[in-house]
Amino acid sequence: MSKIHVTTKVNGDEVEFLCDPRETMLDVLRDHLNLTGAKEGCGTGDCGACSVTVDGRLVCSCLMLGAEAEGKEIATVEGIANGEALHPLQTKFIEYAALQCGICTPGILVAAKNLLEREPDPTEEQVRYWLAGNLCRCTGYDKIIRAVMDTAADMREAS
Amino acid sequence: MKYHQPSSFADASAIAAGASGVTRYLAGGTDVLVQLRADLVTPDDLIDVKKIDGVHDIVRNSDDSWTIGVAVTGAEMSEHPALCQDWPGVVEAMDLIGSTQVQGRATLVGNLCNGSPAADSVPAMVAADISVTVIGPKGERTIKVEDMPTGPGRTVLEKGDIVTAVHVPSRGDNAGDAYLRFIPRTEMDIAVVGCAVNLRLDGDTITEARVSLGAVAPTVLLVQEAADAIIGTTLDDKALEALSKAAEAACNPINDKRGTIEFRVEVAGVLAKRAAKIAYARAKGKAV
Repeated sequence: MSKIHVTTKVNGDEVEFLCDPRETMLDVLRDHLNLTGAKEGCGTGDCGACSVTVDGRLVCSCLMLGAEAEGKEIATVEGIANGEALHPLQTKFIEYAALQCGICTPGILVAAKNLLEREPDPTEEQVRYWLAGNLCRCTGYDKIIRAVMDTAADMREAS
Repeated sequence: MKYHQPSSFADASAIAAGASGVTRYLAGGTDVLVQLRADLVTPDDLIDVKKIDGVHDIVRNSDDSWTIGVAVTGAEMSEHPALCQDWPGVVEAMDLIGSTQVQGRATLVGNLCNGSPAADSVPAMVAADISVTVIGPKGERTIKVEDMPTGPGRTVLEKGDIVTAVHVPSRGDNAGDAYLRFIPRTEMDIAVVGCAVNLRLDGDTITEARVSLGAVAPTVLLVQEAADAIIGTTLDDKALEALSKAAEAACNPINDKRGTIEFRVEVAGVLAKRAAKIAYARAKGKAV
């Protein structure tokens, strides 16, 4: 089967890859680009563990083909920290212990960061609805929601 | 699987018409990729329509009607204040589908062509009297949304046909629409019953109405008797009761783990009343 050549940007870096037309963006990230932050939970768009942004839009990378990435800008959890300096959301998730097994965490960080870029002062209800597509089976959601709300408050104060 | 990215609808239609195996169009992919992954449908030809001119545009036409491109996502609709102002019911129905992530990809046309009787945006499109243009081997034609589904997973579209745009009527004065659905959870679920109401007022009296039900029959329904029950009324208690009865009478639902027949029928009546009240308030200019 003929492979498709794709040129795209991932976390600001120009990358090229060859993919089978059936491969999802998640397959490409994990298997071709060695970016294993995005996880496969369900593979059907229900759990959000594979969340990435494409041109600033939050999507499930399992519901997008690698071939569709041509000319796009993809952002994954690997691009959230600045070198060794963690993003405020990451710091706060550690502080609140807003994770246990960690499978859902990359997706939740990507989704929460995308929300705070759009809405620096979200209500708790907004955060809960925004993250409704990110399932967590360990911590429950309370610590996650509180971590996001507190990060938003800190970031507003800092800006 | 061959992946195509045609630059025109004519090319897309020609690829589909000439294909010998299973063909699927790809816009948001929130159904197609799930079916691909589950090995339910593995297309021989997958035709991505997102490189075609205009498919990402929401356009207000000179007569105040709207043309929505086939790849416009739910998120793009919700972020369009003027469209939300004109057709809040259509936008809220689309917005109920899936998560934030799914909203970033899912489209009206995908929801329609997937042919699910429980598709949230379809009753709202039916109530709003929305139509789509289709191009295919037989040329171009316009199909009303209510005429598209023929059964679960089936539509009137034939080999080589492709939807080219969604056409939303001009809103006009003193009118409003609304969509409600019942699900056992608060988010991320498929409608057990959905109901859309679209109406116009003259003073306090309803002069035009369209009522549509989802998930209570093999296809989404346009229920004329339910509309007739409220046309000419001020949506008083008697009219609401008649509306509820007409909605219940139109139901022919399945019995499944998400809702019994009796439950779906009763909820259809309740949602019809509630959606009508919201549409009525919106027609009065109230923000609901």
